[in-house]
Amino acid sequence: MEEVLEKYNATKIENVKVWFKAASVNDFPVDGGACVKYKDKQIAVFNFAKLGKWYACQNVCPHKMEMVLSRGMIGDDKGVPKVACPLHKKTFSLENGENLNGNIDAIATYPVKIEEENVYIGFSD
Amino acid sequence: MKKIIVVGNGMVGYKFCEKFVAQDASKDFEILVFGEEPRPAYDRVHLSEYFENQDAKALEMAPSSWYKANGIELITGERVSDINRVAKTIKTAKNREFSYDYLIMATGSSPFVPPIKGVEKEGVFVYRTIEDLEGMLAYAAKLNKEKPNARAAVLGGGLLGLEAGKAVLDMGLEPHIVEFAPKLMPRQLDSRSSQVLKLKLESIGLNIHLSKATNQILGDGKITGMEFGEDDRLDVDMLIVSAGIRPRDELAKACGLEVGVRGGIVVDNTMKTSDDNIYAIGEIALYNQMIYGLVAPGYDMAEVAVKQILGETNVVMPADIDMSTKLKLIGVDVASFGEPFMPADKGHSIIFENKTQYLYKRINVSHDGKKLLGGILVGDAADYSMLHQIYLNGMKIPEDPAQLILPVTDGNAAFGDVMDLPDEAQVCSCESVTKGQICGAIESGEANDLASVVSCTKAGTGCGGCKPMVKDLTDATLKSLGIEVKDSICEHFDLNRQELYDIIQVKGYRTFNEVIDNHGKGCGCELCKPLIASLMATIHADTANKEYAIQDSNDRFLANIQRNGTYSVVPRVPGGEITPDKLIALGEIAKKYDLYTKITGGVRVDLFGATLNQLPLIWKDLISHGFESGHAYGKSLRTVKTCVGSTWCRYGMDESVSFGIELENRYRGIRAPHKIKGGVSGCIRECAEARGKDFGLIAVEGGWNLYVGGNGGATPRHAELLAEQIDNETVIKYLDRYLMFYMRTAKPLQRTAAWQERLEGGMDYLKEVVIDDKLGICDDLEKEMETLVNKFECEWTQAINNPEMMKRFSHFVNSKEEDDSLVFVPMREQKMPEPWN
Repeated sequence: MEEVLEKYNATKIENVKVWFKAASVNDFPVDGGACVKYKDKQIAVFNFAKLGKWYACQNVCPHKMEMVLSRGMIGDDKGVPKVACPLHKKTFSLENGENLNGNIDAIATYPVKIEEENVYIGFSD
Repeated sequence: MKKIIVVGNGMVGYKFCEKFVAQDASKDFEILVFGEEPRPAYDRVHLSEYFENQDAKALEMAPSSWYKANGIELITGERVSDINRVAKTIKTAKNREFSYDYLIMATGSSPFVPPIKGVEKEGVFVYRTIEDLEGMLAYAAKLNKEKPNARAAVLGGGLLGLEAGKAVLDMGLEPHIVEFAPKLMPRQLDSRSSQVLKLKLESIGLNIHLSKATNQILGDGKITGMEFGEDDRLDVDMLIVSAGIRPRDELAKACGLEVGVRGGIVVDNTMKTSDDNIYAIGEIALYNQMIYGLVAPGYDMAEVAVKQILGETNVVMPADIDMSTKLKLIGVDVASFGEPFMPADKGHSIIFENKTQYLYKRINVSHDGKKLLGGILVGDAADYSMLHQIYLNGMKIPEDPAQLILPVTDGNAAFGDVMDLPDEAQVCSCESVTKGQICGAIESGEANDLASVVSCTKAGTGCGGCKPMVKDLTDATLKSLGIEVKDSICEHFDLNRQELYDIIQVKGYRTFNEVIDNHGKGCGCELCKPLIASLMATIHADTANKEYAIQDSNDRFLANIQRNGTYSVVPRVPGGEITPDKLIALGEIAKKYDLYTKITGGVRVDLFGATLNQLPLIWKDLISHGFESGHAYGKSLRTVKTCVGSTWCRYGMDESVSFGIELENRYRGIRAPHKIKGGVSGCIRECAEARGKDFGLIAVEGGWNLYVGGNGGATPRHAELLAEQIDNETVIKYLDRYLMFYMRTAKPLQRTAAWQERLEGGMDYLKEVVIDDKLGICDDLEKEMETLVNKFECEWTQAINNPEMMKRFSHFVNSKEEDDSLVFVPMREQKMPEPWN
């Protein structure tokens, strides 16, 4: 199971080697998420329209290792943008991946950029 | 740096550590703790809860990380085997040696197993550790598989034995309690209360055998029965021995510490043993020539030992130890306080007994009738906390002391308000928290609700028996400070559900952003978004397709998410009536998509294991066969369960199926604060279990009896009678009003049962509103319901006919592929998701 998590490493914008063109902006729900396939990875991408921002993180919830975070609800915890897992409502910061309502491992987050109405996710590999 | 070694990591051993590190002076000490069990200390008092959830973590006093964070070294799974008092060292079973300056003996006790012939046979267990329970569970599971109606006996009808009896019930075995004495709980109860308890336990299915001395355990290798005397035996397949405890003093004996004749390390009121550097606390300590098997005195001993070691030598154990206890045994309240059995020369007893309700109350008062000396409560211990406080603080009692226990008729209890207690009244005896500390925490601003009171004072974190009183004190203090106890829904809104309901209705808001931008702050969250989605649905009759990103997990994809992220699909089968063709269609569709199939508790068929991509395909097929959404995923009407009624049944009084179908079709799709279930029974035999539903109908001579507010689930509750012998039309009129009134005023995620229970004025008020139209709102309620009924639309039909709505049913946004991480394993000719680690 743990090898699944090894695939996902938090990536900072300065370490991005590949900008992967995922889909069109219109393919994502407003203030919601969808899942992007990149090689053997599943990445949850959120169109946080209320803040005018985009976020990306691993799709797998580290609590029970299921591929579900893209189907979670987004919102904020005292101003920190977050996603709530649809299975047990574990919440994670979309900024740094930290678990906000427990002691679960942090999730890996990835940078997102929008160019010409297309959504790009940054990877270091 | 001085070194303390704690031998034993049970509840009291842990409490010593907790109290020690809370002291500033503790930084000059190093603490090393040994526990022979494989895990850190856990709450043995609530051990039987393990049978409900099998979650050992939930019982932990503190996780291993706590010890580390507090600089304590915890070594579990390693027993201390030897003490050298001269060299001040200990040796462990792994032959490692450690030195100490102070040694704390907290080895506790072990179950006493009487030397009965055959007691070593397979299937005989003791009840003390999580490992014991795991052994029992495994054995019981095997028994349940091998034979139906397997039986298990508990040897010992004391407090722990009855706890073990609950465990037997939870394991699904036929429970028997075998006690040597002529009464249950001989240490805590008098004969009459014990008799009441026995009747009550028998009424819930326990078989109780008193005055039985077990001669031998029968069976060839494996237990098959117990023999009490000639021709007196009991066939059982499993036995749990709970015949008392014995202090674990073998270590102490071996190193020459003074021990009592019947075991236990002798201590003085400083908890010091016959060796100045060794202390003993908890069930191993023999104080006043007594072993105290309760948590509260054990915690007090831990406190005394901590203070003594740190030089506060004036802190000692009191001479008299309060042995009052209150517990819930198999759901039955049992409590005793002060002197439960009092000889007549010390005072008078007042006894109230009502065997029809399984109630017994006894109080002992002084001869002059002015002082409460003790008592016993069985069946209802709601008054325990107050009586206990009156006893502890020597408070004044009514001129006629009988009022303290007589059933209340005029709504006013004989003892006044909790706020009348003196500040020094000890409310939580496990953690020694007084009323003054609880109220003080709120008055100083340190705490502002029940949760923060509990976390800053620790009140209620031990046995939990004082929680109701802590809550009353918290509420009363907040009220006295003029603080309104506000039930706002989350950090984004300072409003409660009803206020939001009114705002959305009056302003006519249609989107989440309109509501939060005008009346809230921030971006919203998983609490306020689904709530507002539900309110919009109730007010505007919108389906969940409208603003799907604010819908709860299940509503967003119109299906129930299961533990591996796949979904289950439940089409509506109104009233449970289905044609053979439709039943075949369900089977064919399940086969086509390889779905696991199960009949639900609500008379329909559930299809499991559908991926996100499959959902619309499955629904296209279902809809083409005439099915529609069953809303099993929504906080909305689920099913109206029916018995077959007069259509076929020879006892039926009315057509329950026809009426059930009519009601299910009327209320389908309507969003409410929580799910709603209905039931219609054709006669008083009640085969549809209608009184366990949010609304239930039972056909009687002259019409229907309408019941409301029933619930299964974690807190089962029978629905209460709203109206009798009414016709179909009146049922619908009252139900429309009742449901709409609930939908308007309940709290978020509050079922009808909880809502009704907290309704000020209770059932009488509800009848006045729904039947007599006291508030003059019935016209509005009926109109609102009529709008919802008329606007019904199957949201799955809506979704599959709209390409924009269909976009969300794809696992990947950039690929048509399925999620390749899903793994299924075979299960009884079907499949299930791979188990979680």
